[in-house]
Amino acid sequence: MVSTANQGDRRCATNLIRLLLVTFAVLLTFLHNRALADNSAVDTSSVVSASITPLAPPTSLVVSDHVYDNAERLDLVWVPSIDDKLIASKLIEYRVYRITDSGDGQRIAVLPAGANSFSDENVESGHQYSYYITSVGADSEFPSISSEPIEPEREWLNYHLISLLLICMIIGVAITYFIETARRGKKLFIRRIAGLEAIDDAVGRATEMGRPILFIPGIQDMDDVGTVAGVTILGRVCRVVAEFDTKISVPTSRSLVMTAARETIKTAYQTAGRPDKYSDDMSNYITDEQFGYVAAVNGIMVREKPATCFYMGTFYAESLLLAETGNSVGAIQIAGTSNPMQIPFFVVACDFTLIGEELFAASAYLSSEPKQLGSLKGQDLGKAIALTAITIGVIAATGSSAWHIGWMQDILNALESIFLTR
Amino acid sequence: MSTEFGVWVAALMTIGLFSFLYKDNPFFKVCEAVFIGSSTGYWAVVYFFDNLQKKLWEGIFPPDGAVGDAWLWGGAILGILMLCRLSNKIGWIARWPVSFIVGATAGLYMINYFVSSAMMQVASTMQSLVVTNGGGIDWQATIGSVVVAVAVVSGLIYFFFSKEHTGAFGGVAKVGIWFLMITFGASFGYTVMSRMSLLIGRMDYLFGDWLGMIR
Repeated sequence: MVSTANQGDRRCATNLIRLLLVTFAVLLTFLHNRALADNSAVDTSSVVSASITPLAPPTSLVVSDHVYDNAERLDLVWVPSIDDKLIASKLIEYRVYRITDSGDGQRIAVLPAGANSFSDENVESGHQYSYYITSVGADSEFPSISSEPIEPEREWLNYHLISLLLICMIIGVAITYFIETARRGKKLFIRRIAGLEAIDDAVGRATEMGRPILFIPGIQDMDDVGTVAGVTILGRVCRVVAEFDTKISVPTSRSLVMTAARETIKTAYQTAGRPDKYSDDMSNYITDEQFGYVAAVNGIMVREKPATCFYMGTFYAESLLLAETGNSVGAIQIAGTSNPMQIPFFVVACDFTLIGEELFAASAYLSSEPKQLGSLKGQDLGKAIALTAITIGVIAATGSSAWHIGWMQDILNALESIFLTR
Repeated sequence: MSTEFGVWVAALMTIGLFSFLYKDNPFFKVCEAVFIGSSTGYWAVVYFFDNLQKKLWEGIFPPDGAVGDAWLWGGAILGILMLCRLSNKIGWIARWPVSFIVGATAGLYMINYFVSSAMMQVASTMQSLVVTNGGGIDWQATIGSVVVAVAVVSGLIYFFFSKEHTGAFGGVAKVGIWFLMITFGASFGYTVMSRMSLLIGRMDYLFGDWLGMIR
């Protein structure tokens, strides 16, 4: 029994010793691995630090406002990094950073090594900007000192548009000359425009049939030149309407157009000596919503059955919807728009269509007033200048490109410098 | 078939407006009135909050207490002048803001229009009529250049109003109108195709979202 008890104690002690040994071994292994991990981390960082190649940043960064512009450009000039000049340079590129007055910074350009200037054309008047440039190596970036904040300024004269000024002055002088010529009583010739010849007949037809006239001045506001041209033609149409005492309706999709239309109609009625016949109800506002306006005008067409429909102004997808409905009620239709995408629809659905420029010539043609005639003649001079420039330019381009004639290239460059304003 | 109220309203409105293709009818009149009334109300609210509140009021009196933009008072005064139209006695004053808008627009847009629609067009047309490629003539590009040059010159001559379209001048103008008509034809076909896609979109809505016949 004693021996059995001793054997049991010995086995227990042996197990205890084994457990201690295993625990000690595990502890040693853990400490060893941790030491290895620490050593490897030290080694890695030493490798990285050894691979970074220090680069000198660019110096003497100067930012200046670009003169004779519309506060849309700042010019940056700097002395490239010294490392940029080494034969085996580690400098890969420069990066340009912009800091706005709100403190936001962002990279705005990446330039190749050797660059020493840049123009930031994405700036606005009323804001200050500062810049810094970094020399970029394989895995590092070293910034220059930031420039002083600078605000782009607007100049009175935009040098890039000087040729535009000269051409406008030539056309302006020509317009003045033609206006004075017309005022002195000399007849200025304008070729016949078929669509406009039909206006009086169209108004007369409505009078004979005892049905109203519908005038649509487009769906744009008064800040659109097509709408302005349309309202001008409305004045002339209303003068005839007032003389014939015909009913006219001018639904608009912009409140300001309604105001301008009412003023125009009122003036036309006064000019025709029929101010008592004028009513504000002749022009009303429908809605700004494009197809809501179309639904309303189509409804007016099928219910009132106008004898004549005018579409003069700027139109979009509604052009065919309006013109087709007008056609279906048997109205004589005269349209004019400068939107080339919509002209085809008017051509197929209307009796007469004023194409593009004809819309703007219409008011001068209809009124025969010296101011408008002179303006139209001046525009023709502008077209003559454009035709001459295109003809010379095409000949010069062909000569320089196909036969490599040097002086023709000079002529082409000169013309491009005039007409390419930017 | 959809069980959503909004889908049903949209579908019935679509059918109502399409019914105009048959003839004017009460269903169309209801849809037309709803469309015009709701869109007018919508735009009135949008203009009020976007322009009067956000741009004008908050521009003059910024919510963060900053200094307001004094130039906006000019717009406010012009807007008030427009309201003079409501009075018969001083209604004529409303012509001033209209005149200002038309005049300012003409002045502001003149440069942009002249540069993009005239100067740039002239510069872009000055291309060589003969295009070479690797020593030889690239006939396709050459024909393209000739067509562009002839179309631009003849088109410009068509829009020349100081001379009657007779003789050689009239002949060139006629070439110009031919080019214009060909361009309009191409534009017509292109736009009709885009309208077809709009129609398909509506049909897809009716037969898919509403009736559930298309998955």
